[in-house]
Amino acid sequence: MSIKSQKDFFSGVVFMAVGGAFAWGATNYTVGNSARMGPGYFPLMLGVLLALIGAVVAFKALVIETEDGDKIGKWIWRPVGYIVAANLAFGVLLGGLPSIHLPAMGMVIAIIALTLISAKAGTEFILKEILILSALLVVGSYVTFILLLKLQIPVWPTFITG
Amino acid sequence: MDLIANLSLGFGVAFTPINLLYAFIGCILGTLIGVLPGIGPVATIAMLLPATYALPPVSALIMLAGIYYGAQYGGSTTAILVNLPGESSSIVTCIDGYQMARKGRAGPALAAAGLGSFFAGCVGTLILAAFAPPLTELAFKFGPAEYFSLMILGLIGAVVLASGSLLKAIGMIVLGLLLGLVGTDVNSGVARYSFDIPELTDGIGFVAVAMGVFGYGEIISNLALPEEHREVFTAKVQGLWPTKQDFKDMTPAVLRGTFLGSALGILPGGGALLASFAAYALEKKMKGKPGEVPFGKGNIRGVAGPESANNAGAQTSFIPLLTLGIPPNAVMALMVGAMTIHNIQPGPQVMTSNPELFWGLIASMWIGNLMLIVLNLPLIGMWIKLLTVPYRWLFPAIVLFCAIGVYTTNNSTFDIWLVAAFGFIGYAFNKLGMEPSPMMLGFILGPMMEENLRRALLLSRGDWSVFVTRGLSAGLLVAAALMLVIVLLPSIKKKREEAFVED
Repeated sequence: MSIKSQKDFFSGVVFMAVGGAFAWGATNYTVGNSARMGPGYFPLMLGVLLALIGAVVAFKALVIETEDGDKIGKWIWRPVGYIVAANLAFGVLLGGLPSIHLPAMGMVIAIIALTLISAKAGTEFILKEILILSALLVVGSYVTFILLLKLQIPVWPTFITG
Repeated sequence: MDLIANLSLGFGVAFTPINLLYAFIGCILGTLIGVLPGIGPVATIAMLLPATYALPPVSALIMLAGIYYGAQYGGSTTAILVNLPGESSSIVTCIDGYQMARKGRAGPALAAAGLGSFFAGCVGTLILAAFAPPLTELAFKFGPAEYFSLMILGLIGAVVLASGSLLKAIGMIVLGLLLGLVGTDVNSGVARYSFDIPELTDGIGFVAVAMGVFGYGEIISNLALPEEHREVFTAKVQGLWPTKQDFKDMTPAVLRGTFLGSALGILPGGGALLASFAAYALEKKMKGKPGEVPFGKGNIRGVAGPESANNAGAQTSFIPLLTLGIPPNAVMALMVGAMTIHNIQPGPQVMTSNPELFWGLIASMWIGNLMLIVLNLPLIGMWIKLLTVPYRWLFPAIVLFCAIGVYTTNNSTFDIWLVAAFGFIGYAFNKLGMEPSPMMLGFILGPMMEENLRRALLLSRGDWSVFVTRGLSAGLLVAAALMLVIVLLPSIKKKREEAFVED
């Protein structure tokens, strides 16, 4: 038996896995009955429903013919990797990471890091341009978020501000 | 008449200098983020939410509302001139709007979008003002069973009218409902699916989900596409005013779009995005006049219809929020946040306990629409300049705004990790052809549905028939079932699939 629609088949698998996991997790909580629902009742119901939907979606993907096989296509890791990395770097630098003794570095350094890393996700990377962009973003963010909106964001590294 | 007395109270509130100022700021910001692709009202409102603490509640809500409907105006500009949806609700505007621009008719396309939006905005505001009081009356008759059935109707309505596979969309809704249940169960105090992570006991922040799936997911998908040459029609916009024939063609489309958009906005689960899709499908099905430009080749109706619908939908989607306390989409869920910051519980009691807020907000929408038409038609050149900024400078900025926006909602870095995770998940959804919008809706309504289901069944002592023996509830469920049956009828199923094929 061959997969007739790759996209739908794997969507169905995802639904079955997630639904199954939620339903299995729900059995750890009190389920109760319909008059007195425990915390597990609604998630158990939905989890089973999702798994069933997933099974039907996956089954249909095996049976119903599609023109081009509905291929998922190649995963392009470059943008995923850099965007997620930029985001993580921003979080780590902004808040610090006590587990590796990294102090909070504040917004300014975090913004520069985020801009540099995320720009790598694009096809063109011109360092000079990106540096100018990050400087603009630092100034712009400082003016809007700190001066105008007065948000509580650490601006400078904690070892400087004390 | 009551309506006039109420509206005059509203205009009294909206016309104070401070509220005019905040309406103006909201409209400008809304247009700005509408024009810029990749950053939407959700990210913007999330960023501004903490800043509204200091404002009076009316001014805060007026500004946030302005961002939402302002984005509907701005989004069309980008769609028409660059073939990129500036806002998700402008996706269908790209199809015919960009083709018009390629034929040198960018001006009339922009005017059709702007004028259509303005008309729809005015009608939407009136509908909001006229329908809110009777619906509020009705809302007081709603018990938990009715709320539950209403949410079912909204969820079904959202998938029926959305594009793509029906079953997968329902799956996404259930997935969203499940994700919405993560966190402490209000009845028993049990922390569900939180894996002993303290931040998860408060639930997954929906700002993090929305920005991850929509914000990052979209950037990643854009960058993963092979770079294509996009022509930006910036120099060629002249002759803004449509011809007489254009007016003749677009007027019925504007009327249909306004009507459809207003109706879909009222439905929980509706709003701007759904309205624009449905309006485009409707216009496509309407028989054209002989000699009319075909759809997909630059038909003005394909611009006027959806653009009117999305603005009408944006206005009327305030109805479920203000009358029932149910947020019909992600933006309205943020509005709930904005109201709770100021100790206002959204629901039918808002109109009686805070009439100046209720009517002031409605009146400000009309004023806002007036500001927007001025901002978007005579001053269009200003926004076009923005579009010449290349994407490689834009997307790092958008990543930054999403990161800051999500950080400021809770001042916690945990939410930043969540966005990263949901960014990846968003890309996976995109790859597998799974639509994130129904999931978002399920996510928002999940806890509310569980709560009302519990209460309804507690009152009926576990008897499920309560949902069909109570008249109102039964009516809502019948409407939901009818919608499902109608789309599953073979002839309509085929048409629905045709309507969503973009060519």
